[in-house]
Amino acid sequence: MSKISVSNLNFFYGKAQALHDISLDIPEREVIAFVGPSGCGKSTFLRTLNRMNDTIPSARVEGQVLIDGKNIYEANTDVASLRRKVGMVFQKSNPFPKSIFENVAYGVRINGIHKDKADLNVRVEKALHDAALLDEVKDRMNTSAFGLSGGQQQRLCIARALAVQPEVILMDEPASALDPIATQKIEELVVELKKQYTIVIVTHNMQQAARVSDRTAFFMLGKLVEVNPTQKMFTNPDEKLTEDYVTGRFG
Amino acid sequence: MSSETTDNGLSDGEFSVAKPKQNNILGDKIFRFALTVCAAIILLIVLAMIAVMAQSSWLSLKEFGFGFLVGQVWDPVKGEFGALPFIYGTMVSAILALLIATPISIGVAVFLVEQAPKSLARPMAFLVELLAAIPSVVYGLWAIFVLAPILRVYVQPFLQKTLGFLPFFQGTATGIGMLTGGIILAIMITPIITAVVRDILEAVPVTQREASLALGATKWETTKIVLANASSGIAGAIVLGLGRAIGETMAITMIIGNRPQISASLFDPAYTIASVIANEFTEATGDLYLSALVEMGLILFLVTFIVNGLAKLLILSVARRTA
Repeated sequence: MSKISVSNLNFFYGKAQALHDISLDIPEREVIAFVGPSGCGKSTFLRTLNRMNDTIPSARVEGQVLIDGKNIYEANTDVASLRRKVGMVFQKSNPFPKSIFENVAYGVRINGIHKDKADLNVRVEKALHDAALLDEVKDRMNTSAFGLSGGQQQRLCIARALAVQPEVILMDEPASALDPIATQKIEELVVELKKQYTIVIVTHNMQQAARVSDRTAFFMLGKLVEVNPTQKMFTNPDEKLTEDYVTGRFG
Repeated sequence: MSSETTDNGLSDGEFSVAKPKQNNILGDKIFRFALTVCAAIILLIVLAMIAVMAQSSWLSLKEFGFGFLVGQVWDPVKGEFGALPFIYGTMVSAILALLIATPISIGVAVFLVEQAPKSLARPMAFLVELLAAIPSVVYGLWAIFVLAPILRVYVQPFLQKTLGFLPFFQGTATGIGMLTGGIILAIMITPIITAVVRDILEAVPVTQREASLALGATKWETTKIVLANASSGIAGAIVLGLGRAIGETMAITMIIGNRPQISASLFDPAYTIASVIANEFTEATGDLYLSALVEMGLILFLVTFIVNGLAKLLILSVARRTA
């Protein structure tokens, strides 16, 4: 069974339809990259997977999104626990105005995951370690998160997402605001995290998609044009449109 | 070094861009000068106010010295003037107002920004701002004819029955006094604090809310994150409200009872600095009387100055902790 199974998904902002009849299966522990020109709906689609679009009053969803076989758009869905299971990392790093420790501890605390203080410490350290940030911050855990560099802040946000033990991680252009070295660290991290998590990553960077993903999905004008193994997408895609896009002929 | 690489080695004709650039620099100088003048005017006004007030209150300053600040008697007939009851009345009524207004204002602002649907939030925000535009004398009238009777008949007897063992709620329930004054001040500063806090909450990036929600947080937990982001701004809004409460004159004069006394009971009448100036300035006969009233103005000025200074320090420390 697929980890995530989307069928016939339509999405509307008010009267404007942003996603048209999208169906896609994502198996466990796969990295899938969403590419496409700006405004093609890839971020919107990403945000339907943890119901982040619920915060937009005029948003409306039709169709089905199954995660572990359960439709997340059913009326009785516990959105908070869904989002705990489907973590998210945003385009711009967004640490809380708290210490490094408290940033990572936040999700653990609100979900009551930890047994005691010692357990909380262990969980925070593990998350920071998994986000490849522990060595850089272990001596200043109680200082403000805003003292970190942009790349470090983004890895902190990844650590914060990992600390609540999600099963899926959604990444919305996680490296687009970072320099090449920080970007490389994030990419290495994605490859590392794949061993444990199912990862959906939206990116504008074709090379990034090629480097980190198993499969790539190409979106355009709210439609899923093609989804195939990344290797095939970049060398011999089925659709002419995909080829034009990945080779840089438009977009 | 060859002449081509030095700036002054070039003739005028070679680079026509050099000229407008110099004009720009001159423009910048004028701009800078104009701004400096604007800033200097503010400083001059402050200094001039202190100077004029100090000069006009010289008689009183010389006569009473430091004793003016701690003197408890205000007797124009005998020529005895002390400011302590007025300072007390001003501070206690203002703090009372803040204690009531702050939680309500933050609550309303959070409701408007985080909870209310747009169709409700907009008219309500407008209504809140409308409240701030009502003239102070209208609040005063409303306090006399509506608020004071309600307090006298219902609220004060209730407080006396339940919390009467506290010194704050003893004495005669007349409806006119410190408590009513504090409440009317609270009602008057609530719109201002609400409007400022609302703007601050709206300025908190959506990404902060999303980050919290994406970790499985509830609306309440997310609101706490938003408030943490806004803490220094909220502190600033409260200070703004405090400044208003200290300086408010008309409404409080109509309702606080205007008796210069220091009483623990909030039911008792009191007097504020602003009120005594407004009430007695026109009938101040004698130079010393007038001089004492101006010194009250000087004190009000200094109290506001100190309160704002302390509050700025508070905001800075909050900002440092969170940023």
